[in-house]
Amino acid sequence: MDKEAAVQDLTQVMSKFTSYIGKRLPTDVTAKLGELRSQEVNFLAKEVYESMRQNQEAADTLDRPSCQDTGVIQYFLNAGANFPLLGELEDILLNATLGATKEGPLRHNAVETFVEKNTGTNTGSKIPWLDWEIVPNDDSVTIDVYMAGGGCTLPGAATVLMPGQGYEGVAEFVFDVITSRGVNACPPLLVGVGVSTSAETAARLSKKAILRPVTSRHSNDNAALMEQLMTDGLNELGLGPQGLTGNASVMGVNIESSARHPSTIGVAVSTGCWAHRRGKIKINADMSYEVISHQGFKL
Amino acid sequence: MKKILTTPIKDEDLEALNIGDVVYLTGTLVTCRDVAHRRLIELGRELPVDLKGGAIFHAGPIVRQKDDGEYEMVSIGPTTSMRMEKFEKAFIKQTGVKLIVGKGGMGPETQEGCVENKAVHAIFPGGCAVLAATKVEKIEAAEWKDLGMPETLWVNRVREFGPLIISIDTKGKNLIEENKAVFNAKKKPILERINAQIRFIK
Repeated sequence: MDKEAAVQDLTQVMSKFTSYIGKRLPTDVTAKLGELRSQEVNFLAKEVYESMRQNQEAADTLDRPSCQDTGVIQYFLNAGANFPLLGELEDILLNATLGATKEGPLRHNAVETFVEKNTGTNTGSKIPWLDWEIVPNDDSVTIDVYMAGGGCTLPGAATVLMPGQGYEGVAEFVFDVITSRGVNACPPLLVGVGVSTSAETAARLSKKAILRPVTSRHSNDNAALMEQLMTDGLNELGLGPQGLTGNASVMGVNIESSARHPSTIGVAVSTGCWAHRRGKIKINADMSYEVISHQGFKL
Repeated sequence: MKKILTTPIKDEDLEALNIGDVVYLTGTLVTCRDVAHRRLIELGRELPVDLKGGAIFHAGPIVRQKDDGEYEMVSIGPTTSMRMEKFEKAFIKQTGVKLIVGKGGMGPETQEGCVENKAVHAIFPGGCAVLAATKVEKIEAAEWKDLGMPETLWVNRVREFGPLIISIDTKGKNLIEENKAVFNAKKKPILERINAQIRFIK
């Protein structure tokens, strides 16, 4: 395949995949929601879970975005240094966003700041947002697509604690964010926590945490314990779907971490709503691809 | 049996409703969110839609224009109502709107507005936007289109639109605020238990 044809090919795949993830939830999220629905006993909560189920069914049948807020489009790339279209990926993803906006259709969600005009294309300064990690000695690229809706983005928060506040301070920060602002973010939520050195490093990791599968665990035992304790603890609060009370508050808590300065603990929270629209796709050097997030994916 | 409200809504239709009740709406439902509220309340512009006895939806939908120029509702779910808290009391008073549909709770100002003007706030399940779109029979008008797709006032004819969960009633009871108080009361002992197990800095 010549380069131009490969660019066209990949643009089309990414455009269709971006549009697809707005209509069907990833396999891990669907499974977790099914589990929570079957365990629920509260009357209003059951009513809401039933609406959620009907909604996803209708979105699939009618081939429409399951939530009207199809978000700001963000792409998180783990790009092999030898991926043949490394230099073209930025343009490819810009055009994929334009394509998905028409095909989806996606709601127009890019307001140019200071100009304060909706661009009407879901593209604008630095939007779609790209986050890069370069993988040495690799010729594939794995891309997480995320639709950052307004409701689930609003609780986002970061701060820097003093070491005296410890991991106890981290747990308190997470609980404060979820009880004050999580209620409006369409629970049951997937809670991402970044534990790091500064505000912006923690914030980035907190977003990467909600790209991980719902039931995944941190590789460090202490961090994994904290994920479990916070999942159980937040569920004990009993927010229920839409904050109407119920058995669960969250689908899970995922922590991502880095080393930190001895004097600081950077902590941040990102939340994903129940309609957690993300997708993971791996593209090989020959432009063949594999969808990792959605079983039974068809273009 | 389904409890159905029909526009125009009268005071007596709402007086018996309590927080936690589930109702449905038949009639006209107008989308109205951040900038429309700001234009009426802060900028003093007249709303292009008469909302007396009416219902608004805090929502910014996806709408498709068909080849014949008609609009089709693709996907319409609620947005966070709390963003409109700043304006809603004055909005209720000025427009005579009776039913406000959105997501999550609203605050004390809206509560006051609901008591003084006999109005209610109700929650439609967030994220259930295709379910909602299937209850829209027709888009009858589109006003203030200069605001772009999410902020345009879309005038929808709806049938048995719901479930709508009453979150603020005409007595001023507030379901989500009551729930939040419960969540906050539970928080401290849970955190104490967790914190005893995460003293990793030794």
